[in-house]
Amino acid sequence: MVDVTHGVAVPVAEVGDVELYHPRSWVTKYVFSQDAKVIAIQYSLTALSIGLVALVLSWLMRMQLGFPGLLSFINADRYYQFVTMHGMIMVIYLLTALFLGGFGNYLIPLMLGARDMVFPYVNMLSYWIYLLAVLVLVAGFFVPGGPTGAGWTLYPPQAILANTPGQQWGIILMLVSLMLFIIGFTMGGLNYVVTVLQGRARGMTMMRMPLTVWGIFTATVMALLAFPALFVGSVMMLLDRVLGTSFFMPSIVLMGEQLKYGGGSPILFQHLFWFFGHPEVYIVALPAFGIVSDLISTHARKNIFGYRMMVWAIVAIGALSFVVWAHHMYVSGMNPGFGFFFATTTLIIAIPTAIKVYNWVLTLWRGDIHFTVPMLFALGFIVTFVNGGLTGLFLGNVVVDVPLSRTMFVVAHFHMVMGIAPIMVIFGAIYHWYPKLTGRMLDDTLGKLHFWVTFVGAYAIFFPMHYLGLLGVPRRYYEMGETAFVPPSAHTLNEFITIAALIVGAAQLAFVFNLFWSLRHGRPSGGNPWRATTLEWQTPETPPTHGNWGKELPVVYRWAYDYSVPGAAEDFLPQNQPPMPRTP
Amino acid sequence: MHIAIILALIVIGSVVFHFLSPWWWTPLASNWGYIDSTIIITFWITGTVFAAVVLFMAYCVYRFRHREGSRAAYEPENKRLESWLAIGTAVGVAAMLAPGLVVWGRFVTVPSDAAEVEVVGQQWQWSYRLPGKDGRLGASSVRYVTPENPLGLDPNDPRAQDDIIVQGDNLHFELGKPVKVLLRSLDVVHDFYVPEFRAKMDMIPGSTTYYWFTPTRTGTFEVLCAELCSTGHPYMRGGVVVEAKADYQPWLQQQKTFAELSKPAKASALKQEGVTRWDLK
Ligand code: HEM
Ligand SMILES: [Cu+2]
Ligand SMILES: [Cu+2]
Repeated sequence: MVDVTHGVAVPVAEVGDVELYHPRSWVTKYVFSQDAKVIAIQYSLTALSIGLVALVLSWLMRMQLGFPGLLSFINADRYYQFVTMHGMIMVIYLLTALFLGGFGNYLIPLMLGARDMVFPYVNMLSYWIYLLAVLVLVAGFFVPGGPTGAGWTLYPPQAILANTPGQQWGIILMLVSLMLFIIGFTMGGLNYVVTVLQGRARGMTMMRMPLTVWGIFTATVMALLAFPALFVGSVMMLLDRVLGTSFFMPSIVLMGEQLKYGGGSPILFQHLFWFFGHPEVYIVALPAFGIVSDLISTHARKNIFGYRMMVWAIVAIGALSFVVWAHHMYVSGMNPGFGFFFATTTLIIAIPTAIKVYNWVLTLWRGDIHFTVPMLFALGFIVTFVNGGLTGLFLGNVVVDVPLSRTMFVVAHFHMVMGIAPIMVIFGAIYHWYPKLTGRMLDDTLGKLHFWVTFVGAYAIFFPMHYLGLLGVPRRYYEMGETAFVPPSAHTLNEFITIAALIVGAAQLAFVFNLFWSLRHGRPSGGNPWRATTLEWQTPETPPTHGNWGKELPVVYRWAYDYSVPGAAEDFLPQNQPPMPRTP
Repeated sequence: MHIAIILALIVIGSVVFHFLSPWWWTPLASNWGYIDSTIIITFWITGTVFAAVVLFMAYCVYRFRHREGSRAAYEPENKRLESWLAIGTAVGVAAMLAPGLVVWGRFVTVPSDAAEVEVVGQQWQWSYRLPGKDGRLGASSVRYVTPENPLGLDPNDPRAQDDIIVQGDNLHFELGKPVKVLLRSLDVVHDFYVPEFRAKMDMIPGSTTYYWFTPTRTGTFEVLCAELCSTGHPYMRGGVVVEAKADYQPWLQQQKTFAELSKPAKASALKQEGVTRWDLK
């Protein structure tokens, strides 16, 4: 049997204990805190709050698509502003911030047996800059002209030209906010990477790290490499908008008027955007992959199947995702010869991705599956992710993308794969780790209700939507109006989707209520309610106090997945439990 | 427990929906039936995988649900199984990619006998240009655009004089004749999209993009803009007509040339400011 499994090897990698920064006042403890756990909660609450804004925007868009004209304040300008803000908030300010800033901060030190992140001060700055980025973004709603309506892809020239809503202030605020976000993220990201490389407890080799940490770690490295492309793109576009440079602006006649721009390249921006944008999909997906692996393993009481393959798949996906960006640009007018290369690399990524799916499902095989709320969300994740991943094979296969790109098929695909699937994991993870944060369980009945409505509802929203795209209904259409090839039944389907979206949205309120209610009234959880192996469940106190581990740092003796080990009395062996005496 | 049933229902529901769905692609009107076939292949492969994975999951959660005293197996790895699954996946992927690339090869290879047509997009309307008697399109630049020369043809280029300009009308195609559609934009990115033709491509200000197809069915089809181009995007519509040669020729005869349209204004365009060398492609 391989080394990773029984883990009887003597712990290696001596790490000295560190001197901690100790907060002296309430303000430095809870507001300008340098404790990764507090920062994690600040990140998470901010991300969830702004996420609620994006959710409300999705209702408004769906109202317009399902019942055009019913809400008369949604004119075309506003609609595009909603679409843009919804997309950008969901992808960057909710998902990226929550997975890396929220889960990353909370889980990396605890899962690795560290006392904190290695650079706590920079870590604190990271959050405050993120908050500033969010505020600048939200300011867009209150300035003259409102937020930008250029679409979350912000394609120039239209992003900075008159006729596009938010051209006065909105676009400037959006670009500044993105730049702030990237600066803040870089501070946090360097921290996560260095902590994983340098801050692990004695015995915690890389190949004993829980997959959650692998996912967050790889995603962070990717983000550090990908965000700079967006950063320079934003700087150049800001210059084009404010100083009248022409990085992305060719000669243009707008509504009969010759503009002063000339010589720039709109498609250059698209390359920069997607060089960031595609890895971004995996920046969101890899932490989800990691977390869901741990949820499945814990709640099926079984070791994750094929751990080493899972790690390599994460790393391979991370690396490959930097050479597929132009699959978002098959019909952008770039040299069509690129299609051959990018279709091939894109479909190759399907292989490590499929391996991950197989290994999740094979972890269930011969498991001892407990239908806890986190497990339900994990199962929901697999279904939506498989569905969305498979439609990715349509869009990645260049020639199939030609009719489908820019239609509702794309909207359905990416919501399934990077909207709903990661959100499922986020919910599962919150139900899973809430007891560690608060010492109380979230209410189970409300949790199950939340799961069923969200899972079935989201599937009902996005599965049929593919067929509207197949029919040819374009995305980003304020209204279809009279279009010969769109039958009346398509409008009925749109009404159905809208109603489903409103119901799913309402279910999220039950979740928010649960978060607050259980804080007081939840069942006390004890330190390790799920009987899990990873280190965060072995802290001396719950919630963990400053410094996490009391006097002694934990020592790690085994991998993270010793569930149901034959011969062991309990069906789990914590990572810091010394080896069993070998019976002859 | 319930979850096993729901998972199975999701698979069954999805498959039934797929076959009963009244929402399906529009009847084809071009030679790109190859694309439709590739989509069908992809549906079969991905549909099978989806059903297999989710049904297997449903079975697992039913069969291996927690019961009093039950305990999971301990099986960290299974090299053989993992390799077989990887190989099987690679084969499935190749089965989709190979035909896809072959068809893409056709899509990017414009036949030498293709006629050229230019589509010009601007907020929020479509205009068209066809070569005149010389069979060639003249040079153009955004810098030449004036109210009298809305498409920015080069007034000094003799080849441009006989170019046929169609504004505020449908574009007509000749049935069975391959066309290379040249795409140009005067302001922002647009995308010339006719669902029945299957093909689409962005038009980028500052460069000319293209695609080609052969119309295979007569009729009138709607043109939509498929790239967000500011507020008027959903209203940027137009129409194309595919008709047999006998009907196409009379339509072509009626159209006006650039010279006819711009006679009085010809000289003024020359003085247009800001024309630099690199603008004149
Ligand atoms: C039930 C929840 C959600 C609903 C009902 C919803 C609905 C919508 C709608 C109606 C659109 C506009 C589609 C169009 O172009 O016509 C849209 C766009 C978008 N959504 Fe969502 N959404 C939801 C959740 C999410 C999540 C979780 C994400 C995170 C990835 C997300 C990311 C996006 C993005 C990136 C766009 C594209 C924006 C653009 O075109 O510029 N959405 N969504
Ligand atoms: Cu357009
Ligand atoms: Cu448009």
